[in-house]
Amino acid sequence: MYVSPVREPLIKGKKDYNKVTEDITAPMAGKPSKYWYMGIGLSLLALLAGGIGTVITIWYGIGTWGLNKTIGWGWGITNLVWWIGIGHAGTFISAILLLFRQKWRTSINRSAEAMTLMAVTCAGFFPLIHMGRLLLGFFIIPYPNTRDLWVNFNSPLLWDVFAISTYGIVSLLFWYTGLIPDLATMRDRATHKIKKAIYNLLSFGWTGSARHWSRHETLSLIMAGLAAPLVLSVHTIVSFDFATSVIPGWHTTIFPPYFVSGAIFSGFAMVLTLMIVARKALNLEDYITVNHVESMNKIIITTGSIVGIAYLTELFVAWYSGVEYEQYAFMNRALGPYAWAYWIMMTCNVITPQLFWFKKIRRSLIATFIISIFVNIGMWFERFVIIITSLHRDFLPSSWSMYAPSLVEVALFIGTLGLFFTLFLLFIRAFPIIAIAEVKSVLKSSGENKKHSNHE
Amino acid sequence: MEKQYYRSLDELKVDREKVNEKPVKEFEAEKDVLLDLMEENNFNTSSSRRDFLKVFGFSIASAAVLASCEQPVRKAIPYLNRPEEITPGKANYYASTYFDGNDYCSVLVKVRDGRPIKIEGNTLSSVTKGGTNARTQASVLSLYDNARYKAPAIKGEETTWKNIDQDIQNQLNQLTQNKEKIVLLTPTIISPSTKAVIEQFQQKYPTTQHIQYDAVSASGILDANKKTFGQAFIPSYHFEKAATIVSFGADFLGSWLSPVEYTKQYVQMRKLDEGEQKMSHHIHVEAGMSLTGSNADKRIIVKNSRQKAVIANVYNHLLALSGQSTFNAPETSVDTKAIAEELYKNRGKSLVVSGSNDTDAQMMVNGINQLLGNFGKTIDTSVHLKIKQGIDQEMESLVQEMNEGTVGGVIMWNVNPVYDYPGTDAFSSALKNTKLRVSLAESKNETAEETEYICPVNHYLESWNDAEIKTGHYSLGQPAIRPIFSTRQGQESLLRWTGSNTEYHEYLKNYWTGNLFPASGYLSADKFWTDKLHDGIYETDQSETNINGFSSNAIVNAVSQLKNESTKNIELELYQNVSVGNGTHANNPWLQELPDPVTKICWDNYAAISPKLAEEMGIEDNDLIRIDQKPIPAVIQPGQEYKTISVALGYGRQKAGTVGEKVGVNAYIFSRFADGQRLTWSTVKEVNKAGEKYPLARTQTHHSMEGRAIVREATLKEYQKNPAAGNELHEKIESHHKTLYDKHEFPGHHWGMAIDLNSCTGCNACVVGCSSENNVPVVGKKQVLMAREMHWIRIDRYYQGDQENPSVVRQPVMCQHCDNAPCENVCPVAATTHSNEGINQMAYNRCIGTRYCNNNCPYKVRRFNFYDYTGADALPGNIVDPAEMTLDLKRMVLNPDVTIRAKGVIEKCSFCVQRIQEKKLDAKLENRQLGDGEIKPACAQACPADAIVFGDLNDENSKVSKIFKDQRSYHLLEELHTLPSVGYLTKIRNKEEA
Repeated sequence: MYVSPVREPLIKGKKDYNKVTEDITAPMAGKPSKYWYMGIGLSLLALLAGGIGTVITIWYGIGTWGLNKTIGWGWGITNLVWWIGIGHAGTFISAILLLFRQKWRTSINRSAEAMTLMAVTCAGFFPLIHMGRLLLGFFIIPYPNTRDLWVNFNSPLLWDVFAISTYGIVSLLFWYTGLIPDLATMRDRATHKIKKAIYNLLSFGWTGSARHWSRHETLSLIMAGLAAPLVLSVHTIVSFDFATSVIPGWHTTIFPPYFVSGAIFSGFAMVLTLMIVARKALNLEDYITVNHVESMNKIIITTGSIVGIAYLTELFVAWYSGVEYEQYAFMNRALGPYAWAYWIMMTCNVITPQLFWFKKIRRSLIATFIISIFVNIGMWFERFVIIITSLHRDFLPSSWSMYAPSLVEVALFIGTLGLFFTLFLLFIRAFPIIAIAEVKSVLKSSGENKKHSNHE
Repeated sequence: MEKQYYRSLDELKVDREKVNEKPVKEFEAEKDVLLDLMEENNFNTSSSRRDFLKVFGFSIASAAVLASCEQPVRKAIPYLNRPEEITPGKANYYASTYFDGNDYCSVLVKVRDGRPIKIEGNTLSSVTKGGTNARTQASVLSLYDNARYKAPAIKGEETTWKNIDQDIQNQLNQLTQNKEKIVLLTPTIISPSTKAVIEQFQQKYPTTQHIQYDAVSASGILDANKKTFGQAFIPSYHFEKAATIVSFGADFLGSWLSPVEYTKQYVQMRKLDEGEQKMSHHIHVEAGMSLTGSNADKRIIVKNSRQKAVIANVYNHLLALSGQSTFNAPETSVDTKAIAEELYKNRGKSLVVSGSNDTDAQMMVNGINQLLGNFGKTIDTSVHLKIKQGIDQEMESLVQEMNEGTVGGVIMWNVNPVYDYPGTDAFSSALKNTKLRVSLAESKNETAEETEYICPVNHYLESWNDAEIKTGHYSLGQPAIRPIFSTRQGQESLLRWTGSNTEYHEYLKNYWTGNLFPASGYLSADKFWTDKLHDGIYETDQSETNINGFSSNAIVNAVSQLKNESTKNIELELYQNVSVGNGTHANNPWLQELPDPVTKICWDNYAAISPKLAEEMGIEDNDLIRIDQKPIPAVIQPGQEYKTISVALGYGRQKAGTVGEKVGVNAYIFSRFADGQRLTWSTVKEVNKAGEKYPLARTQTHHSMEGRAIVREATLKEYQKNPAAGNELHEKIESHHKTLYDKHEFPGHHWGMAIDLNSCTGCNACVVGCSSENNVPVVGKKQVLMAREMHWIRIDRYYQGDQENPSVVRQPVMCQHCDNAPCENVCPVAATTHSNEGINQMAYNRCIGTRYCNNNCPYKVRRFNFYDYTGADALPGNIVDPAEMTLDLKRMVLNPDVTIRAKGVIEKCSFCVQRIQEKKLDAKLENRQLGDGEIKPACAQACPADAIVFGDLNDENSKVSKIFKDQRSYHLLEELHTLPSVGYLTKIRNKEEA
């Protein structure tokens, strides 16, 4: 296949197939480093905080949160939407970029997908824990019963249940399908009996035969086709939670595209945050190159700009609508008691990503890392702003109120961060964080070797 | 047999552990069965597999049932012999009378299965006409108050009635022999039979003096009338006949004399039903923002020390207008001439009242009313109001005598002077100089705790009683339950101590058949008695005949001595609010959690200060300030007089029970005696910031409508020109209503509610009525601070205009029962749905607590159970019960027709669906159509202003349908197309500018 000589190689350092395998499986071999232990220690500590928060919430009730008669959703739903957003990058990279034949995705799709699964797990925790009667949460499932009770299909919350669980399952299957050849590699390389047995079981008897490859490719493509619309639908449906309501600041038709682009925006930011650290720590700089980072930064600037335009559109429509409640809601966002949150959101989401127009910044790892953190923070505040500022001052001023999270809510959020990083750290020890087989598939066309040979 | 209805004291103590043990025990019992079966080793027999499966299935099923069963099992034991009148599940109503020495109300007591659970107004009474106030509504909870004295006690030791009677009788005899003075201290007694009992007591112990003591008295009016009419009395006021009402600090809709009666009268002249074009003009002169003042058409702000001068000037102008000689009145900045001219125009149909206890002020008010010819028209001197007969001077003399040691014994019946007498410890130290101290008290209080003998009295719902609220207006009180504790009503105790063995019930009956029956026109005394007992009231057209003509000599004297009191100092004004009032019921959690109709603060009293003064002193809301060293939190009150600080009485109880103790500060210490009267205002030496914060629980923190058309209003003139004035939006919005969806169909009934914003005074009776009817939980100050109060109905209050003297609007808001309800379509489990009668209904069992409905409710009327406030849940950690509402004793007040809600579910107004259902079934059983107005939700029932009308919108002729067609009618946030079933009528103000 012809590759333009102008293109940078996707894999640096003149690798052969064996070297690729060696490089990528290296982090899983031997004893983990002390940094890994420190990381998992911290993550578990955070997870423990979340556990304590969970027990308190269940034992004492939602009363331990900072919610009140006016504000029924607080940090809980903010975190849900934030995590779901983060969970968008993985499937976007593996499904949509696969369909668009973007080869650079091969270096990052595995970890991004894993991140998606972890983020969806964290997200799924919040709708459960924020229920007043968690033990009766199964009411939300449309199961046949003698009492003729049925769920309400008009409710966006119910759509959420289906959307998130479908997304979670499809992402899991997609990720796992991609993992099978690599699991077989792991099996073949494993020296320990038990390890070998486990990888053997997990690899479903993969032999690497042409038939297996053929089926694998077909299945991957079908899964990608299935997953691609889900990337768009999940956050669309999450946005319906707000868009279909009557609350000024929520009741907005712009929400689906605005939420989806925001989700991809935040998802990529989180991938960058993790990958910039991981490539260094795991010596994978040859696989996740500055080129990859730049590509992701381009997506960030695109989606970030969409988000920025959406913010401005909201403001314009609020003014243009002539609806006093809508106008007040947006005035209140920008100038009210939660203006600080609004301006954090504006700065982090609209201004900082614009720095990526400069090639130097786009290709600077440190700058990218800092900006990705900004975007993560900004996107969290976006959800906070949407939920809290809309609810705290809606139609009747008599019911206006203020909200501050309780320690329990903070602990729950920290807990999910702990869960996320714990799972990620376990993941890098258990599975190859770069899809070995897929990287190999582009090695010939986009590896440094191939490039030079083109010239020769 | 009958004793079994009531539980013993021990059983009444809360024992949560026991309750929670129950399901476990049952499970264990089943486990035993299983083990037994195993041990029997039945596996060898042919049926072993089946048995195993049976037991297995049974235990799995029961484990599942137990796991899903959230409520501990409570046993109900059916009657062996059905008592007469009682149908299980059906309520009985008994007419009775509520009078606590302060508030009077003729009531019906709703009794379910032997327990009084709700108080409703008695429509037969011509005085209260079926209206109630917040305290009357809440009084049923006091019956089950854990702080009640449960048995007689001598020096803190429980004893028997026989012992205590003997002791007291001995001591009384001794005191009588030694010719030592005995004082019977009571609040105003309006019961004729009780008066007879007291007379009998005085005959037996002739050294007894009966003193009536009202903590907040009307002594000034009594004194003024004595000087101008020759007799100390309070006349009947007729606000319904007054086209112009001028009130000088008389909070007649909230706390002055007979507010329920006055509210009924007042709104008659305010309603603009059926095209009515006229309404009264209400001018209110006051310093702090009172409930009445906030309803006035014109509110004039004058500090307390200057109010007398305003009255004098009005009087002077009227003297001039009627061509009489004037006097030198002290100057005032108020345009008193305009007031006088308006009053003069409305001679004979105006009414001037004053809430002051200053004799001179009251005399001048009498003079004004005399000049206006109001006596005999809007003021009836031939029918007297019998409450507040306490003469302040008598109490002052008593304390003096006690200090001198000339009082031998004091019997204190339902009074609490240790708490509410001015000054700290003034009464308490005087009390120590007496030999015999007896307390006839209902529940724990400061005074009783300082007496040797505590003779607990019945709650009024356990007592026989009668009352003569006004001349010839009698009412009866009957017990609705046997005494729960070992208590005895006060009259009974007095009778015992006179040596009489007559039961008070007999005594009362004899009194009525002896004194009232002869003139009744009845042929049989028994019939008379049973009829009157059934009605609860007996009204005659008796009148007082011994009233002298009006004499203005005393007034001339008084005005000649009027001085121009110049006070630059900050003044402190004491007032009673609509919830806690004078403090008697401070231990009632429903009242403590009731937001003040002006400030919307509950669970505390506070110093209301003017915005200007606050700015000068750098005080913000919730700042602790010190008034003469006494710390009290400050609240900036728009409309407060610049240099007046207002503090509510009734708080700061030291001994009252778990709920009422140490809530707020005791402001009675600031009241003082001056010129023989007890005044509720004084000047303050110093006010300074304490530098601390004290958070106040406030249910509404934003006070402006932000220019939104929430409460729509117009002036009377605009309304006269166009009945839809202020409501122009309604028609416009109605014409825009379009929908793609099918409309809801309501084939049978379609319930609706109309609320007249012109009638609602904001008295809060509906809020307590609703809590009582619907088992609305009490959450306590901490939770209210977090904005988690649970009230199903709230009264929103907004200020408009200048913060120095804003106008105030109020709006009761409950679930609007939208036919296009935003809450319904967002619930994922369909826990809230629309009934085919238009009610937005909650299935608590189905609710999983996502709170989405709450978020999406534009009216924010949905309430989430953040904790378990009622003891309905299985996890003990969930319970938050600051008001002991989970005690078995207090749970007896729960309405069995309304489910109590567990932690984690949403609740809200149901339009009192249980009442609708009850009346529908009644009509069905009687095979007739349901009549309009037959169903009254608790809020409508409680309302003394008849501001709430409920009925069937499908019935063209129902009152509510007609009101909905009124041009003043609109829906709250109707532009959202939520199609509410609640409508509001615009507020019309009788003033010039908008």
